[in-house]
Amino acid sequence: MAFDIGLVTLVLGVAAWTIGARETFAAVVGFVAYGLLLALVWVRLAAPDVAMTEAALGSGLTGGLLLGASTRLARTDGPAAIEKPSAIMRLAAAVLCTLVSAGLAALVLLMLEPAPTLAPRAMANIAATGLSNPVTAVLMAYRAIDTLLETVVLLLALVGVWSLARDRVWGGLPGPYHRADPHGLLTFTAQILVPIGILIGIYIFWVGSVAPGGEFQGATVLAAMWIIASMAGLVDAPPVTRRWLRLALIAGPALFFAIGLAGFAIAGGFLAYPESHAKLLILMIEVPVTLSIATTLALLVAGPPERAPAR
Amino acid sequence: MTEGTLYGLCSAVLVGLGLFGLIMHPEPLRKILAFNLVGGGVFLLFGVVARKGAAAGLGGDPVPQALVITGLVVAFAATALAVALLARLFQETGRATLQADE
Amino acid sequence: MPGSATAGGFLLVLAIVLPVAGAMLSLVLGGRYAERIALTVMPTGVVVAVAIGAIVWRTHNVLQYFVGKWDPPLGVAFRADGLSATMIVTAALLICGIGLFARAQFSLPRCVEERAPLVFWILLLTVWGALNAVFIGCDLFNLYVALELLTFAAVPLVSLDGRAETLTAALRYLLFALFGSILYLLGAVLLYGAYGTLDMVLLSGRIRAEPAAWAAISLMTSGLLAKAALYPLHLWLPPAHAGAPSPASAVLSGLVVKAPFFLVVRLWFDVMPRLPEHAVAQVLGGLGAAAIIFGSLVALRQVRLKLLIAYSTVAQIGYLFLMFPLAVKPETGHPWSTAAWTGGVLQAISHAFAKAAMFMVAGLIAEALGHDRIAGLAGVSRVLPITVFAFALGGLSLMGLPPSGGFVAKAMLLTAAVAAGQWWWAVVVLTGGLLAGGYVFLVLVRALADASEPLNLLSTISPGRQAVVAVLALAAVLLGFVPLRPFELLQIGRPDIAIGGLR
Repeated sequence: MAFDIGLVTLVLGVAAWTIGARETFAAVVGFVAYGLLLALVWVRLAAPDVAMTEAALGSGLTGGLLLGASTRLARTDGPAAIEKPSAIMRLAAAVLCTLVSAGLAALVLLMLEPAPTLAPRAMANIAATGLSNPVTAVLMAYRAIDTLLETVVLLLALVGVWSLARDRVWGGLPGPYHRADPHGLLTFTAQILVPIGILIGIYIFWVGSVAPGGEFQGATVLAAMWIIASMAGLVDAPPVTRRWLRLALIAGPALFFAIGLAGFAIAGGFLAYPESHAKLLILMIEVPVTLSIATTLALLVAGPPERAPAR
Repeated sequence: MTEGTLYGLCSAVLVGLGLFGLIMHPEPLRKILAFNLVGGGVFLLFGVVARKGAAAGLGGDPVPQALVITGLVVAFAATALAVALLARLFQETGRATLQADE
Repeated sequence: MPGSATAGGFLLVLAIVLPVAGAMLSLVLGGRYAERIALTVMPTGVVVAVAIGAIVWRTHNVLQYFVGKWDPPLGVAFRADGLSATMIVTAALLICGIGLFARAQFSLPRCVEERAPLVFWILLLTVWGALNAVFIGCDLFNLYVALELLTFAAVPLVSLDGRAETLTAALRYLLFALFGSILYLLGAVLLYGAYGTLDMVLLSGRIRAEPAAWAAISLMTSGLLAKAALYPLHLWLPPAHAGAPSPASAVLSGLVVKAPFFLVVRLWFDVMPRLPEHAVAQVLGGLGAAAIIFGSLVALRQVRLKLLIAYSTVAQIGYLFLMFPLAVKPETGHPWSTAAWTGGVLQAISHAFAKAAMFMVAGLIAEALGHDRIAGLAGVSRVLPITVFAFALGGLSLMGLPPSGGFVAKAMLLTAAVAAGQWWWAVVVLTGGLLAGGYVFLVLVRALADASEPLNLLSTISPGRQAVVAVLALAAVLLGFVPLRPFELLQIGRPDIAIGGLR
């Protein structure tokens, strides 16, 4: 319990730092620390799958994205150029937010314990899915439609990011060109780290059916490895018009839809799995989905096309 | 007080802090940061509900945990889109602010 | 138990899968095929939508489907009652019209892929799929994902032309939308924590009047109000809808902004009808009234046509929220709430058609004249007569003049207001109509005036496009001609509360 109190104090302290820091860069660094501490909290809440996702995606990739943004935008006018809200506004907002927090805290204290839960129902039906990780069962079987729509959401976010390219560089390469010293430390580290990271990513995805892990966590690790490799200059982003790139992006959602529609024929419903082949079908969905999500996440961090395609 | 309740109170404070940052900070990048903070708090509350729903031999209710994973991915996508918009706006105008010129 | 899945439920799945699959196919085939794929998906989608409506109408029952054959609370359900079916058909027809109109602007050249057309068709199809997901969703978290999909598809439409103003507008829109989503999600978390399910039908049975439910409905409603741009959270709408290309503005003002309103109706009438909500309903109505007055007054002062139309959207959204205080059953027990409910929904539908047509008119005028300044509209009626006529038809609906869907909608709201003894809403409706008349005539008078010098046309507008616009505007008017029987479609599957009124 003392550990938990200490952890909560740290989390709130870092969160306050993130909101209150004057420099954006300091705030982003605080945010990354906040994400990692949250991952610890998730472990304490007996949610290792979420802890992994928070650490890799919520803290790692998001932090990378925001750090990149804060350095790029650092060349703006100084803070003096932006009008700060008046003291009265700050006071009013502070009062409002304190009320919201107090209200939520009261609701937390009033919460039922034990809370109404779907755990028994999830476990009762898990044998039919062929999985033993209940969180994966929820993601890929019981609420597969949410996961399916979520892959589409990711893809659409990428289309939105790509739509911000200037017309003349459409079809070009995302992100700036990273020049790294081929004999430097970054390249050396990347050359060692990336292959190991890819193996770890694949393992995390593979083991998700029986242990904490799964496609999102694995895909995030794979995307992170690509980002490291591209920052070290080992690989470059492909032009966005490449057919194979687009196929890689939609392979996951497309197969998800296809197997879902096949469910009409083989199991009597959209996204239904026949009990005998459930695990196989789920695996057949997960492999392309992991690939697509890894590609989408990496490209989301890379940004819109900025360099014209080579003619 | 159980650990679940403690983290629940933590999430309440996080939501308030993040909302304050979202409303008060004029710079869009700080707003995006604050939005992620609020998101983290809301997901944490979900996790507390999951923890309080431990049953059937599990440490927590798997349904909210799965929903949080989905929510984390959606939040990342939102952040990526917002950052890309902001970066492009900066490219066009040289400023990263929502203040209109009108 | 919510009951079993009904025959024909697979159509609900198709309503989402078809447009989304089309969008993904466009992404992979790219370049030249996106437009053709969209134009193939559109009629098919209309067929699916009409089929859903026909089944609901014929069986007088709700169409239900459990995805993956898992029942709620563990699984996710899709549910289409009369209201959903009506909105699905409206969306399908409107998107088809917008697609036909947009062909000229976003056609894809033969050999090279261009950014704006490809992105436009992908986003339009995705908006359609996301809208259908919102209309048939029965699970609060599934609806959250659908709302996010809708936002991510709508925001880049605003900044499609890449100018600084539209980029700013898109970013502001995104931030407001994300603020709304997170409040919505917070409310959903509280509901799950209290009742152990996120399925709307199950929740309606389990909900009691306690702090968690109160907090949840307040949070979720506030979040959805930010997305629906109800005063005072409307700041993002005018620059966003005015800055988008006109087919995009049509879909944004016509449909995208109605989806959060639809969810507020679902929350209040389907999920939480047993919570006494007099006071909060009056607040919603008050905000709606403020939106009507403020939006119309600011619209009168606009210099640019698209901004005038966008502020008009802010005002017309206010009418939608007048429905809430009027659907509350007064102590004497008169069921005028049905009229209010039907009036609100009809307002949503007729405004969708009318506003889409008006934005397309603004687009055609801008293409022809090279600008959309109201002061410079003189002589346009000679050059684009059908277009100006379409604007007038749409204006009928906005003003609430007969014959039009808007007239029937506002008349129902007026009747309900008077019968419920809440005459102040009647005053607001009438004032709103007058002000709308003001800004519609402002435009028409200029357009019908003779030009002092001959107009310099930048491009010729094909009569086909003008015809599409006119048909949509006509649809808004025709809604006022239909006898009351089709409104029974709206009543199918409605909870008794909505017929009897909120207590």
